[in-house]
Amino acid sequence: MAQEDTNVIDQPEVLRHKMVTIEISGKKYEVPEGITVIKALWHTGQEVVRGAGCLGGFCGACATYYRTKDDPKVRTCLACQMAVEDGMSFTIMPPFPARKALYDIQSLKDPKQDLFNLYPEAPLCRNCNACTEACPQKIDVREGVWKAVFGDFKSVSEMFMDCVMCGMCTPVCIADIAPNLVALYVSRAQGAHFTEKPQGLDIRIKEIQDGRFKDEWNKVLAMNEQELADHCAKVK
Amino acid sequence: MDIHALQQIVHQTRDARRKQTIPKFAPADRDQLIHKYHPDYRTSAYRSIRFGPNKNDKTVVELAALLEGDSSISESLDLTPHYTTDVLVVGGGGAGCAAALHAYGTGAKVILATKLRLGDSNSVMAQGGMQISVAPEDSPVTHFLDTLKGGHMQNDHELLKVMVEDGPSIAKWLIELGVLFDRQADGNLHVKKGGGSSKPRLLTCSDYTGLEIMRVLKDEVLNQKIQLLEFCAAVELLSDDNGHCTGAIFKDLDNHRQVVVAAKSVILATGGIGRLHIQGFPTSNHYGATGDGLCLSYRIGAKLDHIDTFQYHPSGAVYPEQLIGALVTEGIRSEGGHLVNAKGERFVNELDTRDVVSSSIIRECEEGRGIRTMSGRVGVWLDTPLLDAEHGPGTVEKHFPAMMMQFERFGIDISKDPVLIYPTLHYQNGGVKIDANSETNVKNLFVAGEASGGLHGRNRLMGNSLLDLMVFGKRSGLTAASRAGSMSQGKLTLQHLRRFRAEAKQHGSSSGVISPMILPAYTRKEPERTANS
Repeated sequence: MAQEDTNVIDQPEVLRHKMVTIEISGKKYEVPEGITVIKALWHTGQEVVRGAGCLGGFCGACATYYRTKDDPKVRTCLACQMAVEDGMSFTIMPPFPARKALYDIQSLKDPKQDLFNLYPEAPLCRNCNACTEACPQKIDVREGVWKAVFGDFKSVSEMFMDCVMCGMCTPVCIADIAPNLVALYVSRAQGAHFTEKPQGLDIRIKEIQDGRFKDEWNKVLAMNEQELADHCAKVK
Repeated sequence: MDIHALQQIVHQTRDARRKQTIPKFAPADRDQLIHKYHPDYRTSAYRSIRFGPNKNDKTVVELAALLEGDSSISESLDLTPHYTTDVLVVGGGGAGCAAALHAYGTGAKVILATKLRLGDSNSVMAQGGMQISVAPEDSPVTHFLDTLKGGHMQNDHELLKVMVEDGPSIAKWLIELGVLFDRQADGNLHVKKGGGSSKPRLLTCSDYTGLEIMRVLKDEVLNQKIQLLEFCAAVELLSDDNGHCTGAIFKDLDNHRQVVVAAKSVILATGGIGRLHIQGFPTSNHYGATGDGLCLSYRIGAKLDHIDTFQYHPSGAVYPEQLIGALVTEGIRSEGGHLVNAKGERFVNELDTRDVVSSSIIRECEEGRGIRTMSGRVGVWLDTPLLDAEHGPGTVEKHFPAMMMQFERFGIDISKDPVLIYPTLHYQNGGVKIDANSETNVKNLFVAGEASGGLHGRNRLMGNSLLDLMVFGKRSGLTAASRAGSMSQGKLTLQHLRRFRAEAKQHGSSSGVISPMILPAYTRKEPERTANS
């Protein structure tokens, strides 16, 4: 059908079809400008098994180191969320062998003290801030580690709600802390031990057990197709 | 035109639109709209399945080819098992983790195999929330009726009743594991209203509900030391002389070896089909969403249900090019975001069901009231700045941090500028037919989560998927584990495959493709060289 020509968004990157030179793990390739890092891998004919997950920026599988032209700074990104540009150089990060503590979250007696048994390196942070700089989700990781150590579990759980567990904060830590794993423990402890139990939920569970909705169920489940459709239409 | 210039009409018409109420469609108009514009009704995209348990049923051509596809396994393969277990869970998303944890919790031996990493799934991306009737003015019965209405009355009543009634105890389980749901000032669970629901019923963890649940479940799977087989893709199931399921064969994607697992029960939690790009649609799904569980179940004789209906989420990103198909959460519309065409007009009640909203967006675009991008895509505006105007500055940033960051990476501030959206392939409404314990018609073969069918009818309501995963993951895990003690491991054979191949031959052989697909073929092949180049 007719589409008014005025309602068209200009996209210089689409009009120009410009090719750019990038480096993938040290090797040069030509790819279209502006495609994502992960698409650049596919474009150059590489099979991707490790290093791709949700493709939506949530799972942390595609954690990547990159550098832009003439800039000495090595940065981090999620490969599915980053567009390539001329002169860019990148390497997908292999899984880093971080140590995850094992615990039974529900049976912890003193979660704030247990942190030091589970992650004894947590209080050894030397404040270098490399973890914060490494976070593609822009979390103030260093601040979070300190807050965890000082027992402010609530703040940590809020700060790390954006954490995709890519683990980029871990290899840069000179005190061998795995900040994302520390934060995960702290957030779970916050939820399981330091958050009020929702009264309404227990009431609803008991109502279901006691059969409070039984009559309504019997009525609804006895209806024929038409009666049920009419009944559904009335629900507001 | 410059995108900012085109967006002006959204800013200019905002105040006038805020005074408007758009009524929902009357049932007859709604059906007419869906029949005319919803992709489920594009008959040229469908064909009949030639053989197997759903012979003569129609589905999209992309799926039909895979269901009729051949196995990569040779019938002479040595089936001596590499691993033996009580319960084998295939899939590492929400349903798989819930199944593994519940089965393991009863003392059963459990192996969880997944073709990518533990947790790489659609579950991790669920932004909208999880529907559970916890509010005093709400009830499981109302949840049932809303879902039934949204599913065009086609939902399996038994499955649906089980889901809505198990919901509250699932919320309790997750809270005990440390999941941080949003709360009201009085400590009770905060509930939001979702499209197609008559009562606020969505439990949320800001717009990271799936991520928060998956972080916790993954951590718990690791804490319990459940045996994992990562980067192992299921390529065939195993059956005994009675046709019961007895295990599975995997392809280890790292070294390409075949791995045979003997199991008393198998739970397929393999998720959906977005990466088949049905009818050429972009998708919001994860890399591995290729319908593997459907193919495996079909070959062993399990019946599928509602496989002709798919959910096209109304709001997939259309601009920038890098975010094509990525989901713009329905939460924006739940909080009052308007859909606006190129003329600055609203054209649908934004909180109608997903199929209705998607159909109306397609109508606007097909009738010339869409906005086109130079790359040939078309969409309508979702007025995100309206949320700040309506509820105060900072609302978008506070309630939708994930989405803010996603667009910010490409220089777009969604609290200031509207986003361009078009429906994206999001969910398979149907799947393998299951009973209330999540078991298929093939004994000891369970299917949980998106791969299963019947529960959602012909259209899934927002927020019902996360609950589906948890409820049927749990039920499959508990049922499979409870059987393990009183049964012995069945024989490992490929008789079902022999039968399937014979049937394919009768109907002029298989579709010529090997299934399951495992991963989409995105890797660019080298262009053919011509003679003189």
